[in-house]
Amino acid sequence: MSEQATPYDKPVPALTGLHGEFYAWCRDRELRFQRCTGCGRYRHVPRDICAHCSSMEWEWVRSSGRGTVFTWTDVVRALHPAFAAATPYAPVIVEMEEGVRLLSRVVDCTPDELQIGMPVEVDFQQVSDALTLPVFRRASVAR
Amino acid sequence: MFKDKACIVGIGETPFCRKPGSGLTEMGIQLKAAVAALEDAGLEAAQIDGILPFPNVGKAEAFAASLGCENLRFAATLHMGGAAPVGSLHMAAMAVTSGAADYVMVPGGWNGYSGARVRETAANDVNSIPGGEIARDFYMPFGLTAPPQWYALMARRHMHEYGTTAEQFGAVALAMRKHAQLNPAALMHGKPLMMADYLASPYIASPYRLLDCCVETDGAAAFIVTTVERARDLRQKPVYIMGAAAGQPYPADEITNRADFHRTGLTNAAPEAFRMAGVTPADADFAQIYDCFTFEVIQQLEEAGFCKRGEGGAFVENGGIELGGHLPVNTHGGLLSQAHVLGISHVVEAVRQLRGEAGARQVADAEIGVVTGWGDFGDGSIAVLRR
Repeated sequence: MSEQATPYDKPVPALTGLHGEFYAWCRDRELRFQRCTGCGRYRHVPRDICAHCSSMEWEWVRSSGRGTVFTWTDVVRALHPAFAAATPYAPVIVEMEEGVRLLSRVVDCTPDELQIGMPVEVDFQQVSDALTLPVFRRASVAR
Repeated sequence: MFKDKACIVGIGETPFCRKPGSGLTEMGIQLKAAVAALEDAGLEAAQIDGILPFPNVGKAEAFAASLGCENLRFAATLHMGGAAPVGSLHMAAMAVTSGAADYVMVPGGWNGYSGARVRETAANDVNSIPGGEIARDFYMPFGLTAPPQWYALMARRHMHEYGTTAEQFGAVALAMRKHAQLNPAALMHGKPLMMADYLASPYIASPYRLLDCCVETDGAAAFIVTTVERARDLRQKPVYIMGAAAGQPYPADEITNRADFHRTGLTNAAPEAFRMAGVTPADADFAQIYDCFTFEVIQQLEEAGFCKRGEGGAFVENGGIELGGHLPVNTHGGLLSQAHVLGISHVVEAVRQLRGEAGARQVADAEIGVVTGWGDFGDGSIAVLRR
């Protein structure tokens, strides 16, 4: 990556605990969510226990990677210095086929092109040796 | 539970300012408001045996030591952001009616303009933002860092599902600004606003424009709660707490995975408060609704039951929430046009209205008023008050 000359200067997650496990899968270019082995429900963000059935047993299950845009905001004025040069950019909530939602970005369209319900699929953006972020692109194939 | 057994007997407020700043510490500016509330009530600091401070002053002990509350026996801090002041009103009513305290002081305020800006909290202290590690690990890496961005996600979804419009957001901004013209203490006094100005203001985090956002302010306010019996000997006519409640969205620590995306803390708290009060939203002569951003007013009017979900946009149009409308909202100008003092000034304004001391912006014969708080990722609090 040509940008690797400059160190990554945006906020990064702590790569520890369950959050770290989520991002470790992303580093392998896999989007995985916890699925409760007690009741079979997916969950995000990662938690120690299933809020539906109280089971503490779960597994990391690979997502289809497909979802739709649930809502977004177009950030025109950055409110964090690390994003000052990134505007305009749009944090997006994606609703996955598995039912869970996660906050991410759609990297191949401008904020003006976003629409609620737009089909998207996961991609991965390696921002440092340690960190790969799950991002989304417009779904390439009609389904 | 405590209907009509507890009341607000004192209010205090500092001037509001932006440049050059208050010149006081965040503790100092709240102490100044507290002293004004004591004076208003006719109480001595030593009589205050309960304090519910906002998190930014640290422990109640320091506040008590500075103010001279030598008999402190009840203290707690609610971590509900802007929902804390009305949540503390709820807690104060429980405390005085249970006997845990005789007189409870609720202060709130900050140097919101000259000090650390709330909008930049995430850049300064990630541990103090709602959601904590969740926000740090799953929101901030993608650039979701600040309150207008969190709530813009909700506002956009509401527009999509219910057809709520920018002009309806603008109607909220205009109503608050109109009321501020009747309030010499308001930061936006003397600065009227037209819809064209609103629509021309630049986007901050769409659908929020600059004029959808409240005014970061240096300022503080405080109020004192006691029992109806103790109030009889005090200086002011009491304002009775008919009902109060607090609530949380679910999950409260994470915005994106809510089964009901529009459910907030108020969704459960408001029916509880009205049930306790024995009245309905239609009985309110006014409402002071926490207005960090315009859409939050629309959303809270819906979730509190002033109208059905999806009808909030129409409710605020055509002067509906202006003085003279079907429900005057934020008669002081609110966070949007008076000052952002964490919503505690909404309680102060409700008391002024029910005492009949609101001057040019007085709601005629105001008997019952509602005040709400909103904070963090949608925490809610509400009180139904009467004269």
